[in-house]
Amino acid sequence: MKRVFIHGIGAVSPAGWDVSSLRQALNCGASLATAALERPGWKHPLPARRVPQPAPKLPFLAHARLRRTSPMSLYAAAAAMEALQGAGYIPRASHRLGIIFCVTAGCVQYSRRFYDEAWRNPATASPLLFPETVFNAPASHLSALLESSCVNYTLVGDPGTFLQALSLAAGWLLDARVDSCLVVGAEEMDWLTADAYRNFSRRVVCAEGAGAVYLSCQSPAGNAGAELIAITGPRLYLNGMSRLKAIREMRADLPSGGADALLSDSVAGWPARDRAEIDAWSDWSGARLSPRRVLGEGLMAAGAWQCVAALDRLRQGSHPTALVSMAGSHQQAIGACFYVGTNG
Amino acid sequence: MVVTGAGIITALGRGWQANAAGFREGRRHFRPVTLFDVSRHRVKVAAQAELPESIPTRQLTARAARRLDRAAQLLLVAADEAWTQAQLDGTKDLPVVLGTTSGGMALGQTYYRQAIEHPHAASHQAGRVLHYLAQSQAMVVEEAFGFHGPITIIANACASGANAIGHGADLIRSGQADVVLAGGYDALSELVFTGFDSLQALSPTECRPFDAGRDGLALGEGAAVLILESEARARGRHAPVLGLVAGYGAATDVHHLTQPQPEGNAAFQSMQLACADAGLTPREINYVNAHGTGTPLNDSAEAAAINRWAGGAALEIPVSSTKACIGHLLGAAGAVEAAVCLMALQGQWLPPMSINTPDPACRFPLVRHPADMRLEHVLSNSFGFGGANATLIFGRAS
Repeated sequence: MKRVFIHGIGAVSPAGWDVSSLRQALNCGASLATAALERPGWKHPLPARRVPQPAPKLPFLAHARLRRTSPMSLYAAAAAMEALQGAGYIPRASHRLGIIFCVTAGCVQYSRRFYDEAWRNPATASPLLFPETVFNAPASHLSALLESSCVNYTLVGDPGTFLQALSLAAGWLLDARVDSCLVVGAEEMDWLTADAYRNFSRRVVCAEGAGAVYLSCQSPAGNAGAELIAITGPRLYLNGMSRLKAIREMRADLPSGGADALLSDSVAGWPARDRAEIDAWSDWSGARLSPRRVLGEGLMAAGAWQCVAALDRLRQGSHPTALVSMAGSHQQAIGACFYVGTNG
Repeated sequence: MVVTGAGIITALGRGWQANAAGFREGRRHFRPVTLFDVSRHRVKVAAQAELPESIPTRQLTARAARRLDRAAQLLLVAADEAWTQAQLDGTKDLPVVLGTTSGGMALGQTYYRQAIEHPHAASHQAGRVLHYLAQSQAMVVEEAFGFHGPITIIANACASGANAIGHGADLIRSGQADVVLAGGYDALSELVFTGFDSLQALSPTECRPFDAGRDGLALGEGAAVLILESEARARGRHAPVLGLVAGYGAATDVHHLTQPQPEGNAAFQSMQLACADAGLTPREINYVNAHGTGTPLNDSAEAAAINRWAGGAALEIPVSSTKACIGHLLGAAGAVEAAVCLMALQGQWLPPMSINTPDPACRFPLVRHPADMRLEHVLSNSFGFGGANATLIFGRAS
């Protein structure tokens, strides 16, 4: 029976442009400093965690497609390249690389700028901005950068969609529709997003970045890659399903993980939202990671960071098993289990 | 897998019957946009749909029903027709797979205007955030019908609806589901209308796909939903079958963000993959429902791709684009055109389009007048911004 392995991971976050900076920030455990986002009409800016400038500038960011694109496309490209390079991926014409790009808010900066122009005077709205407002623009840039004409989906939803994308990637691999698959989640920051989240919590600090996971059915050498063991069905917060019940049912669907397993959860320091997830895992006595507490509410990027951080811990040999618990704000609870063991 | 329910709303009307009658005649339905101010736009018409006075809200609370945005209303109308036709009331855990480009864009626009004009007024803003998100319309469907299955929103620009149906078919084929609700929806919005206007992609005259003098596309709005079901299950419950989903292919054009590769390489690849998936050759395809937006670059690339894909059979495969009738429905286009293909297969007719002078690049015959025809398999192309290319093949129900 075919199995699905993780061959590479990549991350861009307020901590920096790679997985090691993400690891350092999470190991340190202190919330990262916030930047001020000017909000029109307000005296006080909105706090947010931004991705720092890359140093030195990454060479692939000079690709023609990425010169004028949105920040989230750059983050997605950088995370994807780290995941692929870490796996030793070499593009070949005969290799079918599937791409699944996941997003919640999308290219907000271009959308906000373009709509502002359209609203004030549609006759002078810039045609350069509009194409970058489309949800799948970053995914298109990824295909162009990687010269892949294979299937490419952009999925929109809450951060749990990232796990649905991993499940879809596994399905494509097991059906031999693709030879390998890249799953990327990304988000960019704008005052509009921070303003929107302020309607639900004054304590939440929004963030930006990306995470990428590269999968294939080929067994990696040694223990260089984890195996995807399970992804639960999504439990929607609908028709009488409370958040707590949804998370509990999701947890019940996951393997137990064992005493030395790691839990990567979606707790964000947003009490009203966190309560159900904390309750559902209250008896968890193992190690625990909460990337949002350190990095901020990065929406789809945060979903990707949860996975990448967990996979990085497995790669570092800290734990044999990792469980990922994603309890989105308004859509669903979904979980995943990864394992590092023998590859036979 | 088979289709046991279909629902549709476009500018031609609400429901299968009204749309089948309109598409069979090639009726065009464009009118001045009234949803937002277009007085300063270059183009002022679109195929704006007429919503029914009563939206089928089913199990939604009165409060939830009052908060429905236009996109959700369009989607509910189509979903209600499809679900009613399929008669599957006992099934609640089915996957919902939808394509959209804009979700609740109009709410996002309202949010932004209030945030700028009244920066300290928060009233209604939280609700706008929630319903702006592209998954919210799918959540509305789940709530209205009492479903609790997984939601997948595919936002592959103008191929989204076709990708959603193709993905739904994949779920059944792989055994992950027996029944899937799949489709696409998009409501007209100021941002998107202005976007296409700014690109000068909108026709200032008439949308005439594959016409030598074509000068752009026309936008429209609407929704279509299909109920996909495994053949065994449908036959087992003696469900009426509207048609078969025979093949699906998807490919990515990396040439440019908004322009197709001139020879339509990815379109060719997508059609080839769909044919391979269906186990059919181009000679066995009796009609092509083209993406056919009416823009000079898109239609020439698609014509080149069809010529190459069909080879010697090109002379015998009739092609038309129903965007001449209802405009480009963006995320809904692939789903609506799938429904049109099923109508054509069921009624054994070709949907015509009104054009003046066929582009000589088209080696295939263009359907310009209403006609009956024996149809066994038809192919539908959907291509989008970002190079998203998808092809579906449908078969006649036996």
